[in-house]
Amino acid sequence: MEFDLAETGVRELNRFLHDTASSGSRVEVGNPSGRHNIAVGAMHGCTVRINGHVGYYCAGMNRNADIVVRGNAGPGLAENMMSGTVRVQGNASQYCGATAHGGLLVVEGDASARCGISLKGLDIVVGGSIGHMSAFMAQTGRLVVCGDAAESLGDSIYEARIYVRGKAAGLGTDCIEKPMEGEHFEELGELLDRAGMSHPMREFRRYGSARRLYNFDVDNASAY
Amino acid sequence: MCGIVGLYTKNPELESSLGSLLAAMLNQMADRGPDSAGVAIYRNRVEAGSVKITLQGDERTDWNSVLDRIRGGLDRSASLSPLATHAVITVAFDGDRAAEWIERNVHPVRITSNGELIEIFKEKGQPEEVIRTFGLDAMAGTHALGHTRMATESAVTTEHSHPFSTGMDLCLVHNGSLSNHNRLRETLRAEGIRFQTDNDSEVAAGYLTWRLKQGATLKEAMEAALIDLDGFYTFAIGTRDGFAVLRDPIACKPAVIAETEDWVAMSSEYRAIAQLPGNERARVWEPNPATIYSWERD
Repeated sequence: MEFDLAETGVRELNRFLHDTASSGSRVEVGNPSGRHNIAVGAMHGCTVRINGHVGYYCAGMNRNADIVVRGNAGPGLAENMMSGTVRVQGNASQYCGATAHGGLLVVEGDASARCGISLKGLDIVVGGSIGHMSAFMAQTGRLVVCGDAAESLGDSIYEARIYVRGKAAGLGTDCIEKPMEGEHFEELGELLDRAGMSHPMREFRRYGSARRLYNFDVDNASAY
Repeated sequence: MCGIVGLYTKNPELESSLGSLLAAMLNQMADRGPDSAGVAIYRNRVEAGSVKITLQGDERTDWNSVLDRIRGGLDRSASLSPLATHAVITVAFDGDRAAEWIERNVHPVRITSNGELIEIFKEKGQPEEVIRTFGLDAMAGTHALGHTRMATESAVTTEHSHPFSTGMDLCLVHNGSLSNHNRLRETLRAEGIRFQTDNDSEVAAGYLTWRLKQGATLKEAMEAALIDLDGFYTFAIGTRDGFAVLRDPIACKPAVIAETEDWVAMSSEYRAIAQLPGNERARVWEPNPATIYSWERD
């Protein structure tokens, strides 16, 4: 099935992905030209290949579908995705994977600010670097970064796990480095495999919550 | 929300289609800013010793009497070419002094730009309409900026529309909102900077004007803006020879830059850049927060 977005509307594509597509469906999308909301709300295990750059909110709320963007993605990529796989071969703009519950998001290039903000179970693997305030208030899920992380990584993080191969420019409040142990190497190896990336695992550092914000501390009363 | 576009031609063959390319970009940003639109276009350099000043009037403005007034009081050789509600006047005079004289003596017109190359046209209404009104499609030039406005901080009028002039051959377009503009406006007024509206973006333009008047380079002025302006912004700043882009450190407001051998473009969104020839081969990236990007002709 082919959709040329220069000819047909994004709604028509999305309606097909909601209602008609089945797990065997293969969908090719041409001329995305930075349009918004491409392949939002896909609900079946189909494959979607988008040939070019996409705008805001591509692949949002994805459930089961395997979506590849052969280009860059604008803000809000794979926002609140539930399952399936989303892969961007270029870069992703801000807040990719925000509030997402499950599945795998791979950004082969860089992801900008607020990557994985309020993560709720999605796994994200970024081949390049990520912008500031990434994994802010991330609750659960994993974020693997093969490049560097900008300032305030993991600010106010809950139980999500972060692995960074390069440098973290600064950790946010209550985010600390933690030791890499057996289960972490196993988890990281599996995530890199699934993303199709290979790096020596000893080069990664792990970050997570110091859990100092979980309970009220009477010494902080004056701050309220 | 607002939309910003900027296009800078490296290949002189593209200069004749600058207006139509910018119009195509601007139309893509119409739903980010349906209230008003404006462009700053750099073209037709005036002779040495002269400046051109864009004046904004309205449908009723009698441009012949404006020209007579200017010829009578400022420069007998002045020329004027009207374009819808605006007109570009060329005078053999110092730019600042000419502007001062016009502000004092010619009513009721406002100055939108001043320089050797820059012309600024802006108006209320759908971008498509504004583009048609000024015949942007037919304009040639070396580089241009455009803006589509969705007002959040102040009224929808032509004076509140972007681009804002920030000095000779300089202008600014803004997507975002500033939170310390009221106090900063008062400070700048005390320093002698004049404002036409209560618009927050005009304060950003006034701030750059003030820094530049103090002798700062554009880069220094932009670095100082990062400290003194509080709020959200993606700015594109048009200069005599190119343009510059700056995002605030939080960088909520979108921006994308693309470059090919033939052009450099910036926009709020890629879909505007997708209108340009050869976009599929462009290097495309998102500008980093609190980082100055600039291009200029050698």
